[in-house]
Amino acid sequence: MRNVVVVGAGPAGLAAARAAAVAGAQVTLLDAADGLGGQYWRHLPADRPAAREGVLHHRWATFGGLSDVLRAHPAVTVLPSAQVWSLERLDGGVRLNVLLGEPDGAGRSARTFEPDALVLATGAHDRTLPFPGWQLPGVCSAGAAQALAKGEWVAVGRRVVVAGAGPFLLPVAASLLRTGATVVGVHEAGRVGALARGWLSRPWELAGAAGKAGELAGYVRDLVRHSVPWRPGEAVVAAHGDGQVEAVTVARLDERWAPVAGTERVVEADAACVSHGFTPRLELAIAAGCALAPSRFVVVDDSQATSVPGVWAAGELTGIGGADAALAEGAVAGTAAAGGDTGAAAARRAVRARDRARGFAARIEAAHGVGGGWTGWLRDDTVVCRCEETTYGRVREVVELTGSHETRSVKLTSRAGLGPCQARMCGRTLQELLGDPTPSVDRRPLVVPVRLGDLAALRSAAPTPAAPRPGGDRT
Amino acid sequence: MTSYRLPAELDPARPAADSPLTIRVDGEPVTGAAGQTIAGVLLGAGRRQWRTTADGAPRGVFCGIGVCFDCLVEVNGLRDVRACLRRAQDGDVVARQGGSEATA
Repeated sequence: MRNVVVVGAGPAGLAAARAAAVAGAQVTLLDAADGLGGQYWRHLPADRPAAREGVLHHRWATFGGLSDVLRAHPAVTVLPSAQVWSLERLDGGVRLNVLLGEPDGAGRSARTFEPDALVLATGAHDRTLPFPGWQLPGVCSAGAAQALAKGEWVAVGRRVVVAGAGPFLLPVAASLLRTGATVVGVHEAGRVGALARGWLSRPWELAGAAGKAGELAGYVRDLVRHSVPWRPGEAVVAAHGDGQVEAVTVARLDERWAPVAGTERVVEADAACVSHGFTPRLELAIAAGCALAPSRFVVVDDSQATSVPGVWAAGELTGIGGADAALAEGAVAGTAAAGGDTGAAAARRAVRARDRARGFAARIEAAHGVGGGWTGWLRDDTVVCRCEETTYGRVREVVELTGSHETRSVKLTSRAGLGPCQARMCGRTLQELLGDPTPSVDRRPLVVPVRLGDLAALRSAAPTPAAPRPGGDRT
Repeated sequence: MTSYRLPAELDPARPAADSPLTIRVDGEPVTGAAGQTIAGVLLGAGRRQWRTTADGAPRGVFCGIGVCFDCLVEVNGLRDVRACLRRAQDGDVVARQGGSEATA
């Protein structure tokens, strides 16, 4: 029997685990969170169940069905609170090093897995471009506002501005409304022309993705009902306040996302939720050696196989396509990883659903892709690296002093990207500011920081894992 | 107050009754509900910043999903715990951090 490990229990990972089990594999599903569902189906924890949990969710019944099947299936082991902290390549396979227990806890128990097949479904996190004042408390990513609303019914503020780019801003605004916040406005950087090119071209292709279109239409209805203005071609270009955000400056953008002088206006708000798209969580895929496309997504074939034998990928790792695509890709990947026949009827349906849903990723990029003019809202004192508090001016100074446009070199001198988040927040930004196309910024041998005590315990307790390098390769 | 938690009676998801908990934050009691993260308890009580950077700037939650490490706090004597991921336990002692040097 094939032994399949699935990493990530969002839509893609859940679908992969079920498909692999159905195809006859022994399946282990790992997720760092203490519940299933990933960010998309983030929900109240088991010790605070809700009668109508689904009001904040789409396809809640799909999630219920998947998690019920997985928890009941004799060939499936669900391991929550399982943080994969590194992946080693072995001859003909991989080894996952995992810590089980509370996030960032001390004394977590260590496990290793050497599966016959690995499905990576690690998802994505939001990307926020820096702007003056974005480090103030009260400014957060749109994903944070969403996670707190869905997971805890906490609103990040009472008068909230939502800004950035992409369809994700709509469910975030809807969640804020449902937690009772006032959404002052939703500011979408994409201008009407780009949005129309992305979303209105080849409308017949959208027919196959009616679920997604219906979901978005529902959010738009929420905004209309609450008289929330949705403004394309605008951005939050600064946040202001003494110790926390009290107001933001909104400006119109040109088609390259450069702020248009003279269009700035100050909007009172006690929170700003800002995201400009998503970036895939690539650590394990890169550690496994998976080939990446120039767009920085994992390259997969029709069966979701990566370039590394025995490793499949599904969901946002392979392109930002949303939950429909993730569910379909997961089903294909799980079937293939289990050695099942992706030409069989059920798998063929999943392949067709995947191909329809994939069109969405291209549309999102065409309509909402980051425009290079955004650097026009930076000032010399704008924090670029939140961890090390490196400013835009300092990055420019280092470039001038060293003559280097290489991200690694600029990081080492300016310290941008060397903090605890390991450049997850600023890495892409630095590369764009420097015009550096080399992909080193996503390479992180340690997926999360690990306590030195845990590493020491691993060495004495478990003979299998090779000694990690505690300092990591911080390039 | 800026951030807040929707009272259970107004919650359209109709959750089961809250099981309250109290944590101590820099010596002060802060109440929340079982199942909340430490960040959620703090935000629910209107507290939005609980860390000081090396340059002296206040920080709280930013990414909300464990990626940015802005929300680090000391919990029961252990530093560098991501407040957005860690579920609060009744009686947890939470202390402000002035930076992050303890992790590899």
